[in-house]
Amino acid sequence: MCPSDEGQSSINLPDPFARMIRRTFLGARRALSPRGLRFVSGGEIIEDVSERAARPHLTEQASLYVHEMLLLQLQQVHTKRGQPARHGGLSSEGGGDLAAAQSGVPVSITSVFFGGGTPSLARPSTIGAILETISRRVTLSDKAEVTLEVNPTPAGMSKMEDYCRAGVNRFSIGVQSLQDDDLKILGRDHSSHQALQTIEEAQRLCPGRVSVDVMFGRPRQSAETWEKELSELLRVCDDHVSLYQLTLERGTQLFKLVQQGEATVPADDVMAKMYRRARRTLHQSGFLQYEVSNFARNNAVSHHNTSYWKGTQYIGVGPGAHGRFVPLGAGAVAREARTQTLEPDMWMREVRQRGHGTRRRVQLGRLELLEEVLVMGMRMTEGVNHEHWELFSPQLGLHEVFGTSTEVQELLQSGLLILDDRGLRCSWDGLALLDSLLPALLVELEAQILPRPHRDHGADGQTQKTSNPR
Amino acid sequence: MSLCALSPLLSRVCRFKVCRRRVQECSTTRCTGWRRRCPRRLPVLCCGVRSVSTQTDKENIDLSKFPADRIRNFCIIAHIDHGKSTLADRLLEMTGAIAKTEKNKQVLDKLQVERERGITVKAQTASLFYSHQGQQYLLNLIDTPGHVDFSYEVSRSLSACQGVLLIVDANQGIQAQTVANFYLAFEAQLTIIPVINKIDLKNADPDRVESQIEKVFDIPSEECIRISAKLGTNVEKVLQEVVNRIPPPVASTDDPFKALVFDSNFDHYRGVVANIAVVGGQVRKGDKITSAYLGKTYEVNELGLLRPDEHPTQKLFAGQVGYMIAGMKDVKEAQIGDTLYLQEQPVEALPGFKPAKPMVFAGMYPMDQSDYPGLRSAIERLTLNDSSVTVQRDSSLALGAGWRLGFLGLLHMEVFNQRLEQEYNASVIVTAPTVPYKAVLSSAKLIKNRRAIQKNMVYIDDQRVMMKYIFPLNEVVVDFYDLLKSMSSGYASFDYENAGYQAADLIKMDILLNGRSVEELTTIVHRGSAYTAGKAMCERLADSIPRQMFEIAVQAAIGSKIIARETIKAYRKNVLAKCYGGDITRKMKLLKRQAEGKKKMRHIGNVEVPKDAFINVLKRKDK
Repeated sequence: MCPSDEGQSSINLPDPFARMIRRTFLGARRALSPRGLRFVSGGEIIEDVSERAARPHLTEQASLYVHEMLLLQLQQVHTKRGQPARHGGLSSEGGGDLAAAQSGVPVSITSVFFGGGTPSLARPSTIGAILETISRRVTLSDKAEVTLEVNPTPAGMSKMEDYCRAGVNRFSIGVQSLQDDDLKILGRDHSSHQALQTIEEAQRLCPGRVSVDVMFGRPRQSAETWEKELSELLRVCDDHVSLYQLTLERGTQLFKLVQQGEATVPADDVMAKMYRRARRTLHQSGFLQYEVSNFARNNAVSHHNTSYWKGTQYIGVGPGAHGRFVPLGAGAVAREARTQTLEPDMWMREVRQRGHGTRRRVQLGRLELLEEVLVMGMRMTEGVNHEHWELFSPQLGLHEVFGTSTEVQELLQSGLLILDDRGLRCSWDGLALLDSLLPALLVELEAQILPRPHRDHGADGQTQKTSNPR
Repeated sequence: MSLCALSPLLSRVCRFKVCRRRVQECSTTRCTGWRRRCPRRLPVLCCGVRSVSTQTDKENIDLSKFPADRIRNFCIIAHIDHGKSTLADRLLEMTGAIAKTEKNKQVLDKLQVERERGITVKAQTASLFYSHQGQQYLLNLIDTPGHVDFSYEVSRSLSACQGVLLIVDANQGIQAQTVANFYLAFEAQLTIIPVINKIDLKNADPDRVESQIEKVFDIPSEECIRISAKLGTNVEKVLQEVVNRIPPPVASTDDPFKALVFDSNFDHYRGVVANIAVVGGQVRKGDKITSAYLGKTYEVNELGLLRPDEHPTQKLFAGQVGYMIAGMKDVKEAQIGDTLYLQEQPVEALPGFKPAKPMVFAGMYPMDQSDYPGLRSAIERLTLNDSSVTVQRDSSLALGAGWRLGFLGLLHMEVFNQRLEQEYNASVIVTAPTVPYKAVLSSAKLIKNRRAIQKNMVYIDDQRVMMKYIFPLNEVVVDFYDLLKSMSSGYASFDYENAGYQAADLIKMDILLNGRSVEELTTIVHRGSAYTAGKAMCERLADSIPRQMFEIAVQAAIGSKIIARETIKAYRKNVLAKCYGGDITRKMKLLKRQAEGKKKMRHIGNVEVPKDAFINVLKRKDK
């Protein structure tokens, strides 16, 4: 078992950060007035939530994503000033953010995810302090899933035990490959041996709550070598696997090599074959696919990520982080899509100057919200079930939206899509073609939600650009 | 009339070329009104005054001093680039119509497209005053296009003339359009003065060209005038010979008024400007004239000479060539070839012309359907000035509403297109009537591939051979000329005339997507080339349709027989691996764009075809 509460009392959170957390959740508290929350969907007040107890999680609960940069920035401040600076200009600094970034947020945090690449560079004490502060301000259940992304380097591994002690109870390990040559091409600074060791250590600390990331479609990889490598990994890994296809990102070494013709990645058809074989292999090893690229055994799904696909609220803190929630504290009734400033230094400066790093706030209209619910929900093997859809669209059911479209009918007949008593979902083959299915579904959704050709843009999404830092 | 009162008007209208003639017609009251509206225009006053005063000088020309025997009407005809427009520049300079400066380069080529391409598209007229042996002569020069596509313009111009200057390049010798234009003039029984130009060039071989002329046209070599239009060498002699050799028009001022409309332009402010050749009698401002073709009567608002700018006069007399504005609102009212006469003095109509026959048809569609009204008015306005373009409304499932336009030739089409773009800022999709063929690099083969039948072959001299073939037009229109030029390194030249319809083994070819016919791609092809054409179309279409969730068969079929097939394989996987909270915004944007794009797709069965796929298949290949 991962200890979640032990030792926290000995860790002090830097003062500014504590204030930030306090601010973050203050609004949320205030919003919880005794007369009961109004349930909200797409900007329209539909009913009083107090009458239907099943729904409050839509606005009261949220998952929290903490970007590694926030951790590192906090530490920097901390180190420079020696021990926690209790006074002075620091107060609104640093994370002034997490808080102010989201003035007014929900009250119950269901999961926390420390991500963004290399959060394991952070000190366990910082992570502990954040968790403690959160739990002091809002509800953070002992059972809440707290995931930390770890790179399988010796440095990361050595701190894992302390992370657990600070409250982390799930690890996501960026193994990527068990081929040392490929790791080098991918620009990773760990070896396959270190990866295996890290998996072992993580499993010791959090048995059944370790995920590994693995990547296919690497240069020179064939479907056969990939299948073999995956089988090898499945023998040693825990109960969760995230499967990614290599995408060439501009600016990476690999991108350059491929551009120059010095490296080639497998053709589309080979990629398709690799994906198919991987799904088969994972299935044979007892892993159930629950999302396009996520597989779990013994029901060890990632609750944090599932909350994205199920359309629940989430708060993102740190440079470039995204959030989707109803800022109740600010008196809002509609869900907002928020984006924080991408560039770390700029983000930091904005937090110092304005107390938050939110660059963009867009109110999601009814259509936008349903589009996200659909697009994210269809990524899951269970798709969007009727009850889930009804939470967001009580007036218009899935059958009403998609049942009449000839194009959707064709997709149903071709066996790529399934619409039945459970809900709308992809078939096994359909899931691999999801991005070709979604445009058709979106066209239909828009046609049903906005039946008139001239849609009213004003009512549909309002962008509020927060003032520019300069 | 007070100049002061006029000047604001002048300054106002200076921007349009109209100004000088308006001066005459404007009542003082109206001018005053203008002045009140733009009182701060005064600085332009001097310019206005100058223009008016020169105007007044010009007004003094008394055209009655030029009876028919002092008039010579002539054309310059030549193969493209043999120096027509340069010679015209020299003639204008020498007769004082334009000032002699270095800058006079193809003064008569007014259109932007003409200047850019260095070609003449529209015939232009200039009246020159020339003194010869103590007598003043009025020489009417008509500069004509050289390109084969515009031979219709040439034949029209010839009808207003009694003689031609046939220009031949001293280096290149007789070329295809030299021959074509010679025959036009010869058949019109005009006096032909051969002029060998560019004798200043290093490789000039006027002797050889003279003997070519003698052999092909049966004109004695001593009748040739050797000149260099560029340097002005011997150009004076050309003018003398025009007076000496070309007969004056047979016309009498005592006859009732009778004039031939040989060209027309459209001016947005004044309506139709008709170019007329007065065949008999005289006409003056304010006369009521009738069109023999339409029977409609108009009042002559303005008339005058073109020197080459419009130069108003009070009257035009028999034998003279000039312009006339008579309140015609539509260019169709000034039918080319029409006869004009004085109201109540009907005359026998002149023979007129056969209307121009379009030889090349192409579809034109707006890039975006919302541009349709704009493009429509641009095409309407442009065709007002180019009545040889035929316009038919058309629509294509792929491209929406558009037109099927008929042109005299490929260059004509390109010029039209370029004018649409330059003068009306319209951008269009041009579709080809047939599929371009792949080049086969052997000339015998090319001609064979084009299903030609050889008619005759004449050796013009030891270096040149003239071959006549009968070609199916659809083989020629698309790119034959370009291919011929490139294969012969520019040495071969080409001309054609319509040889009438002939039975041919043509069949309808359908393009199918998963068995369903794509009606906008159905074409007529020759049986012999159906396979190649079908394969090329399938390949291009397959390249333009993105992969979809199922396999797509792209087929070319004749009746029920499939003659070519390409396959677009189905997607096996199309899903983004990673999609968490931070990825949603970007992902949604991408998907929304795809969903928007989907609405614009054309659906053939369940196959989605992007519009540009049709454009890629139909569009004429860029050179």
